[in-house]
Formats: sequence, structure tokens, C-alpha cells
Amino acid sequence: MMHGVRTLARVMLLSFLRDRISLFFAILFPLFFLVLFGGVFKDQGASSVPVQQVGAVPLIDGLPADARAEVDKVLKITRTGDDAAAVEAVRKGDAAAAVQQRGDQLVVRYSAADQVRSGIVQGVLNSLVQQQNLAASGRPARYSLVSEQVEDKSLKAIQYVTPGILGWAIASGATAAAAFTLVQWRKNKLLRRLRLTPVGTGAIVTARVGVSIGVALLQTAVFIGLAQLPYFGLKLSHYWWMSIPVVIAGTLAFLSIGLLAGAIAKTEEAAALITNLVVLPMAFLSGAFVPLDFSPKWVQAVANIFPLKHLVTGTQDVLVRGKGPASVLPELAILLAFALVLAAIAVKAFRWEDD
Amino acid sequence: MASTIVVSDLHKAYGETRAVDGVSFAVEPGEFFGILGPNGAGKTTTLEIIEGLRQPDRGTVTVLGESPWPRNPRLAPRIGVQMQATAFFERLTAREQIRAFAELYQVPVKKADEMLETVGISGKDKTRTDKLSGGQKQRLSIACALVHDPELVFLDEPSAALDPQGRRNLWDLLRGLNAQGRTVVLTTHYLDEAEMLCERVAIMDGGQILEMGPPATLVRGLDAPTRISVETGVLSTDEAERLFPDATVEDDTVSLTIATRDPATVLSALAERRALKGLAVRSATLEDVFLQITGREYRA
Repeated sequence: MMHGVRTLARVMLLSFLRDRISLFFAILFPLFFLVLFGGVFKDQGASSVPVQQVGAVPLIDGLPADARAEVDKVLKITRTGDDAAAVEAVRKGDAAAAVQQRGDQLVVRYSAADQVRSGIVQGVLNSLVQQQNLAASGRPARYSLVSEQVEDKSLKAIQYVTPGILGWAIASGATAAAAFTLVQWRKNKLLRRLRLTPVGTGAIVTARVGVSIGVALLQTAVFIGLAQLPYFGLKLSHYWWMSIPVVIAGTLAFLSIGLLAGAIAKTEEAAALITNLVVLPMAFLSGAFVPLDFSPKWVQAVANIFPLKHLVTGTQDVLVRGKGPASVLPELAILLAFALVLAAIAVKAFRWEDD
Repeated sequence: MASTIVVSDLHKAYGETRAVDGVSFAVEPGEFFGILGPNGAGKTTTLEIIEGLRQPDRGTVTVLGESPWPRNPRLAPRIGVQMQATAFFERLTAREQIRAFAELYQVPVKKADEMLETVGISGKDKTRTDKLSGGQKQRLSIACALVHDPELVFLDEPSAALDPQGRRNLWDLLRGLNAQGRTVVLTTHYLDEAEMLCERVAIMDGGQILEMGPPATLVRGLDAPTRISVETGVLSTDEAERLFPDATVEDDTVSLTIATRDPATVLSALAERRALKGLAVRSATLEDVFLQITGREYRA
């Protein structure tokens, strides 16, 4: 039994590594998405709002250096002497607001088209005005606001993008691998041929599971390794290694989906189609590409039936959210239960050959 | 000594089609046994039931004293199977392929390399299997069936994709296998192949065995006339008919053909007249037996 598993595993791995298309879809294609999303949203956290300052604005210009630095984190202030040009820039959306000082009045002009950014500008400037008023009154401040971000201070888009894309890559890789092995080996009768060797079916399944888990761990290593480059800046939290059992359980869940797809599909094309039909919508609905926090409640509820949601949530929790090892036990249990149920259905649907 | 294979009253139906409909035969140790028949005759299904790939609806099979169904791991190392489709692992070279099979049977890889040599494709050892020619694939698939030195070998239409040289080369290989004492069971629809190789053949059609016996016995049993041809013109049709009243004479403007049950008399008469130009003597072959019992009409 063991020698058979080893041989079959080696053969499957060789075949995977020599198949440029499967290699592309398992590693390069998701990496491309990782680079795209991670790169595009890289500066999202630090992105500042452009503001045009017309002429001298003592309220801003007179700020102490440390206070000015705080303002610059939020607003990117450019000076201009031309009032009309500044207003035109606001109208076109090149600047969120134009600001000038008339005596004791700070005048902000903004466009209703960009309420979020103009809101930020007004809020910041308003707080500056209040501070100056308070200072002018000569009394110490009574209340103060202290705000802290809930997540790690370094949290950037890459922290969400990495587990999401990784989950999607593992899901499509494992599903396709199981489906293709089944369809190809049934079509060329290798499945029956192997049945006549001393190793039998158990060894085939064991080898497939082993190789797919290996590939999933390779994907995990490559993705996390790349995302940790300074350019992307992924920071792993303390219990990151708990993502390994989550990845393994997720691989098992998607292998069972692939087995079922392979049992139903008659050709490789059909297997590829079923794989994409299952995995791609699931990726969107499970928060692999875009966080679910912004989607309607019913989508979030539906997402719970998808194994990908639990794979992504589980890896996120331990990889970047800093949750403890025990926090992913429910996800692990759900993924394993899903794998068991679907594998049982796949065994029922299994055929040795096409009719 | 007990028979290597005993099949009795085998039945297997797929829906309405009776693929195998009451087949019984036995194969003795060391025998070269052939199953002949047109496409869809039930040859492959019969073979697959014996190999243990299918469960018969009815009837019993004993292979090397064991029952092949359900999957019998004791039989696996003792039988070698070559299937109609070339069942290979994808994207492996010929050498990796046969070494993988050797490992599955726990045979040293040295044996695998030797087997590549034996079937004459060791020069292609680094070629991916999907780049091999039809004949090379066929040889590799036979090599994979033989790598563990089985005592019983099943070959399902082994010469299907081969050119004439390849077929003759394969025949030598198969004769060699049989000469080493292995029992060989082969299906084919090439009758010359069966006649050349098999000690005994079973002719199947419609899921049943219609005739069984050594090829020569079957041919003799047909009692068909010998056809003697000479070039048109060396003898006129009228003269031929006058000389050999019991024979049937035909002239197709290329050859004059005399179908007779007394070839000695005809040949000596032709020799006396020095009318032997372009002489060809064709006696009945297994093909005649086959066509006689399975019919000549084309069945798609």
C-alpha cells in the first residue's frame, strides 16, 4: 500500500509540475491578482485628500510643526494664488476643496459630487477652527477625543487580500486536481488498469489527497512569502501557523467537491467548466476578493454555507487578525464535515468508466 | 494440472444488449488462446470479466484457481493486462511510465529498463508517452503489462495500431512470451494474426462462441475448395472447364481462377501444359471460416 501511494504521489506531482496550464492557474494567476489587489489598494490607508489653499491662510500656516504634520497625514495641501483656478480644480474633482481665509473667517468651497472627501476636509478644518477658538479663550480644554483603530495599526489592504486570494487559489487548485485526475484516468482507462495492480483504489485517493495538500501548502508559502515583501508589507500575527491546519482542512473540502465534479463530468472540458462554475461565484460570495462587510446581510448569511467562506475567515483570523489557535476550531470542524459529506456523495456518484 | 482459466456459462447484459450470452471455455497452462470476432462481438467484455474488471450477471470464472471478482489482490501480481486504450500516466516519459508500473508491482527498476529493451523501445525512453507513435505506445503498454513477469497475460487487440513490420515484430515478441511458458490470451480481429499465433481460437459473435478449436482444424472443417490462379491467356476458360469438369472456373481478365477440391490433379495438368505463368495457390484460411460463420454483411 505505502509503496503504491509513494509512486502514485510522485507521478501526480511530476504531472502537475510539467503541466504549465495547471501550474499557471494554481500559482501564477492568483499571484497576479494578489499583486494587482495588494498593489492597487496599497496606499489606501494612508491616502490623503488633496486641498488647494488660496493665498495665505494664517490658521493653517501658523500651526506648530507637530500639529501641521498631523494635518498633512489627512490633507495634501497645495498652495495657489489663483482663486478661480482653485475653484475650477474642485469642480473637476482634482481637489476635494479650496480653502482661503478672509479675516477671521475660514472659507471652504467644495463639490457636492464628492461628499465623503469634502466631509473629511470640513471636519479637519472645523477642528482646527475649534482648537484656535479654545486657545484664544485662554482656558484649558475640558474634553478630549482619543481614537484608536481596532485592528493592528499596520493593517493594510494586503492583510485582507492575502488570505482571500490564497483561499481562492487553494479552492480552485484542489477542485480542479481531483476532477481532472478522475476524468482523465477514467477516460484513458488508467483507473481500471490500476485496479488490476496490487495497489488498488485506496492508494490512488491517498496519493491524490497527499499531493493536493502539498500543493496547497506550497501555494500558502509562495503567497505569504510574496505578500511579506516590503512592497506589499504583509505582517503575520502570532499564531499564523494555525493557518496550516485550516489550509489542509480547506483542501480536503475542495478535493471532495472536485471528486464529485469528476464523477459527474465526462470530459476534461466539462470538469473545468464545473470547477469554475462552483469556485468562482463562491469566491465572490465568500469574501475572497472583496470583504463581505460591505455586502447585504443575506449575502453574508448565504456565504456561511460555502466552505470557501470558512477557509478565508479561518486563515484571516489566525494569519492577520491575531486570534488564538482555538478561535478557528469551528471553521476547521465545518470544513472537515463538509469534506466528509461531499466525499460520501462523490463515492455514490463514482463510475469506473463512461457508459 | 488444472486449467489456467475456466469460464462457464458467462452472461453479461448492458440494458437490452446481451454483450456476453452464455460463454464457456477453458484455457490450459502454457496455451496461446485467441478470441476472434467482429467489433461488438463481446470479446472485450468477456476478457474484462475474466480479468476481474467486471462482474458477470451469471456464470462462473476461475483464474489460476481463484475467483477474479470482487477485486482479488492475490491475482494482481500473477496476471498481466494490456488494455485496448493505452492507459498511461499523463506527461511521463516512456521510462518513467514503466518504472512507475514496476514500482506498483514492487519490481526492481532494472527489470523495467530491461523490459523497455525487450519490446524494442529503449531508444525512446526519454520521450513523453503522448509523443510516441501508435506502435510505440502499444509496445510500451505491453511492456507495462509484462514488467512483473506474470504467468498469465491478457492482450486486448495488441496489434491494432501497428504497421505490417510492427505487427510481425510484435508476433515474435508474443511467441517468445508463450515459449517461456506463459499462458497468453489474446483478442483480435486480424485472422492472420490468430492463425499465426494461437494454438486454439474461439470465434465469437453476438456474445456467443460459434466455433472453437485449433485454427488448422477449423479450416479443414470448412471443407472449402483450393483456389488456383494463373495469368489470363495462358489457358482459355473453355479449355479449363473441359479439363477440370468438377471445378469452378472464373476469369476476371487478370487471372484465371480454378476452384477445386483436387488441387494435385489440376496443378499437374497445368504443369504438363506449361501453363503455370503467374501461378498462385490459395487454400482456405481462418478468414474463410470466420466469414462463413459470422456472415459477410457489413455491420457498423
